[in-house]
Amino acid sequence: MKPFTYSRAASVEEAAQAAASTQGARFIAGGTNLLDLMKLQIETPTHLIDVNHIGLDRIEGTQEGGLRIGALVRNSDLAADKRVRRDYAVLSRALLAGASGQLRNKATTAGNLLQRTRCPYFYDTRMPCNKRKPGSGCSAMKGINRGLAIIGTSEACIAQHPSDMAVAMRLLDAQVETMAADGARRSIPIADFHKLPGDTPHVEHALKPGELITAVTLPRPVGGTHVYRKVRDRSSYAFALVSVAAILGKDGGGRFAFGGIAPRPWRVEAADAAAPAGPSAVAEAALAGARPTAQNAFKQGLTARTLASIFRQEARA
Amino acid sequence: MKFDTPATANPIDRGRVVGIAHDRIEGAAKVTGTAPYAYERHDAAPNAAYGWIVGSAIGKGRIAAMDLRAAEAAPGVLGIVTHQNAGPLGKGDMNTAHLLGGPAIEHYDQAVALVIADTLENARDAARLLRIDYAPEQGRFDLAAERDKAAVPRAGFGGSADTSAGDFDSAFAQAAVKIDQSYTTPDQSHAMMEPHATIAAWNGDRLTLWTSNQMVAWGVSDMAKTLKIPKEKIRLVTPYVGGGFGGKLFLRADALLAALGARAVGRPVKVALARPQIPNNTTHRSATIQRIRIGADKDGVIDAIAHEVWSGDLPGGSPETAAQQTRLLYRGDHRRTAHRLATLDLPEANAMRAPGEAVGMLALEVAMDELAEACGVDPVELRIRNDVQYDPEAGPQRPFSSRKFVECLRQGAARFGWDKRQPEPGRRREGRWLLGMGMAAAFRNNLVVASGARVGVDAKGHVTVETDMTDIGTGSYTIIGQTAAEMLGVPLEAVTVRLGDSRFPVSSGSGGQFGGNSSTAGVYAACVALRAKLAEKAGFPADEVTFDDGLLRMGNQSQALGALAGPDGLWAEDKIEFGDLTKRYAQATFGAHFCEVAVDMDTAEVRIRRMGGAFAAGRILNPKSARSQVIGAMTMGAGAALMEELHVDTRFGFFVNHDMAEYLVPVHADIPDQDVLFVEELDDKSSPMKAKGVGELGICGAGAAVANAIYNATGIRLRDYPLTIDKLIAQAEGSALA
Repeated sequence: MKPFTYSRAASVEEAAQAAASTQGARFIAGGTNLLDLMKLQIETPTHLIDVNHIGLDRIEGTQEGGLRIGALVRNSDLAADKRVRRDYAVLSRALLAGASGQLRNKATTAGNLLQRTRCPYFYDTRMPCNKRKPGSGCSAMKGINRGLAIIGTSEACIAQHPSDMAVAMRLLDAQVETMAADGARRSIPIADFHKLPGDTPHVEHALKPGELITAVTLPRPVGGTHVYRKVRDRSSYAFALVSVAAILGKDGGGRFAFGGIAPRPWRVEAADAAAPAGPSAVAEAALAGARPTAQNAFKQGLTARTLASIFRQEARA
Repeated sequence: MKFDTPATANPIDRGRVVGIAHDRIEGAAKVTGTAPYAYERHDAAPNAAYGWIVGSAIGKGRIAAMDLRAAEAAPGVLGIVTHQNAGPLGKGDMNTAHLLGGPAIEHYDQAVALVIADTLENARDAARLLRIDYAPEQGRFDLAAERDKAAVPRAGFGGSADTSAGDFDSAFAQAAVKIDQSYTTPDQSHAMMEPHATIAAWNGDRLTLWTSNQMVAWGVSDMAKTLKIPKEKIRLVTPYVGGGFGGKLFLRADALLAALGARAVGRPVKVALARPQIPNNTTHRSATIQRIRIGADKDGVIDAIAHEVWSGDLPGGSPETAAQQTRLLYRGDHRRTAHRLATLDLPEANAMRAPGEAVGMLALEVAMDELAEACGVDPVELRIRNDVQYDPEAGPQRPFSSRKFVECLRQGAARFGWDKRQPEPGRRREGRWLLGMGMAAAFRNNLVVASGARVGVDAKGHVTVETDMTDIGTGSYTIIGQTAAEMLGVPLEAVTVRLGDSRFPVSSGSGGQFGGNSSTAGVYAACVALRAKLAEKAGFPADEVTFDDGLLRMGNQSQALGALAGPDGLWAEDKIEFGDLTKRYAQATFGAHFCEVAVDMDTAEVRIRRMGGAFAAGRILNPKSARSQVIGAMTMGAGAALMEELHVDTRFGFFVNHDMAEYLVPVHADIPDQDVLFVEELDDKSSPMKAKGVGELGICGAGAAVANAIYNATGIRLRDYPLTIDKLIAQAEGSALA
């Protein structure tokens, strides 16, 4: 861990000002990902701004009939919230499929959106990694990549996004509300929030330096049957090989988002449109253009199978 | 005490303390944080500086140049140890690679430097500033690719590399039913909870190590050899060990570098491996390739059996003796086992819980399931038909010391409800789940190792036992206390047990499931000696006295132990030494594993619903801790079946998934229900305790029962562990999967 300085912000404004005035500063909330990365010197911030005491820890209704989730709402609290369980059950289920109880008690809504890949080469600083050290090369592409992404990848990077929560947020068309260092506020559709790797796999999201997530808002509930199925190598406390978030309507329609297979929560409009045609059609549409490796090609079939399981469970097939 | 004739009646048979389920006597200290582990010994070594190990970034080659200047100038740095300044070092007998590498690099993450600083963070930061230029060389990192060059290894713990009896080739060729299959198991990591850790302090030329180690005497002698100092100058203290599974059998880099670091900076130094360093810096269980051939008659009675094993290790290393059980488990006049060892430049392969059988049984017991199906015989019945009451390689002149294998099969099957199994695969369904049952034998050799102890009684009649035996979470403290209490007729509360200090008599240590039986037999021997001294003091003949209620009795006379001991107390020391009973009798532990799984018909997710087993391992000294050992081992077996695998990057020669996020071991949710039955047995040829090992038996065969249950659920026979989703769905066609 490189030496760093630390300050505790008392308000959103103070946090933004601290970020604006310190080069190399990072916000820290739950610290469940950042601290590990700092110990390994994968992340080396010079200054940490603790945002745990700036409020932003409430879940409130919006005028549009949706929900505004404060950036610092803990994963455990969000999963247990009555309104979330009633109207956005897929979000609650996705959260509970992730990490462990202890981690969910610490991890925050905003922090979860920003968690970094589990590519093993990203974690070994002696290995080349374009995400960790731009231009150094990708060790994973011809190495051990069974768990990595099959779609949305580039020649530079095949790392997967590890979040469960973000997959549900993507399914629910969430908006990410931010405040920039200069105080300017904006709202970013979640579809635009996470970036595909392209030539710049180290750029993972749309935030500008010093820009702080203040809330994530959900639109009005859409009803339907909410499902989150996470398929992994053990029953609990493991990252997804494939996960599927789905909302199924009584009319045969549905919408789908996928985790474990792409550098960002994966959603394709054509896949939603294919819902009436069944799980194979949904999978085919969702994975069009996939470029798997020999080791992770099984994720294509597994995605289709996970969808089939969901359809079977909901007695639609 | 020499143990070379079968045990007769002795005070242990009273069973007042031994054989009763006791909580572990150090349990309260452990759960309240008052049992300090090695890295926490601030009390013993205040002012310790922090060492951080720097591991090699290449798998094979040389260090071309090291530039320490930036690291030396970093804040808080007190010193840096490398091969250039460590002074002349020898090498211990037990480790294969050098614990401090350079200029030659033998494996990835081999320690090449220790950076010592005033804080952990400063040491870790400065470690990043070391500039090391490597000259990499092409290494051999792929077992399958090196298989054909594998050689016959020298004989080791598992006996000779090859064995045979009869004429296997002819008998197999003529067999009515033939099984000929290959199986693979991957490299595995011990993944114990407490990382390797040591605090080292020098006082003049005397070295003290507070460390985490299973084998005190090996640690001392290998440290002496490595540092080239007399072993009398070294004290090694390891009273609490947070798990080992074989990963802490030997002197490792944490201990050596702490000692070198403390010498370099003139103050105590503490070193712990970070979790991501453990898989590549320390030892692991080698991957194996195994071929099994079984020739049987149409009723499944085996006539010919062969088991060949390929594994890999560094030059000078040792093989994974995965054919061991095949020498003893089933009948058959014509037999062959063979081990071949390939030279690999991966990190050091060495012992991990039940070396040999743990992965050998993964193959053999699936092959037996295949034979059962080929013959149309129930898998339990098949094993009963192939039971043999003597060493089938040596013949009837070498019987088993005790072998309740058939009893385990029958009692285990009845308790599990095996009769509800549907023999035809893929026939049971519950919603989206395919259900299946599988079983496997359990088998692990019973090893015995000389073990010493001293036992004292003070004026108040309180008993103290001292031995360098370790408790690696197994319950050694408690069974040793129970043994002394039984022998001296005092309650367990009147016994203090001190372990894990090289100042105490040399014990068997903890490994190979020999520790429990051997170390308590050593305590038994010391107690016999103390009983004789007490009887002599009382003026009674030693063979006519009994010990009850803190009293030495003869007839209707009695004297309190405390009064006999007097103000100075009375001590006796002895050790148990084992004669040729292990040669005259085959000695092993037996059992039967049963498992029920559910497999999602779409996603192929495997969920173990329950595991159960029956086990015969001689006298069960403490049913509570023995059950914990078996449950833990069954869990490890389930991990081997379903998820455990170190992924080898054959380009760079290292294990890629080197942390607990990526090297998966089972969690509670993976196995909701486990049941253990101990079949009553006393083994008078194993030790005066009439006990055998039990700490490793539970892993041997457990994973095969899972594999066989998956086959029964799905009709998919996988032979390459671990049995993951990707492998199952690749075989979906023609199976019960959708």
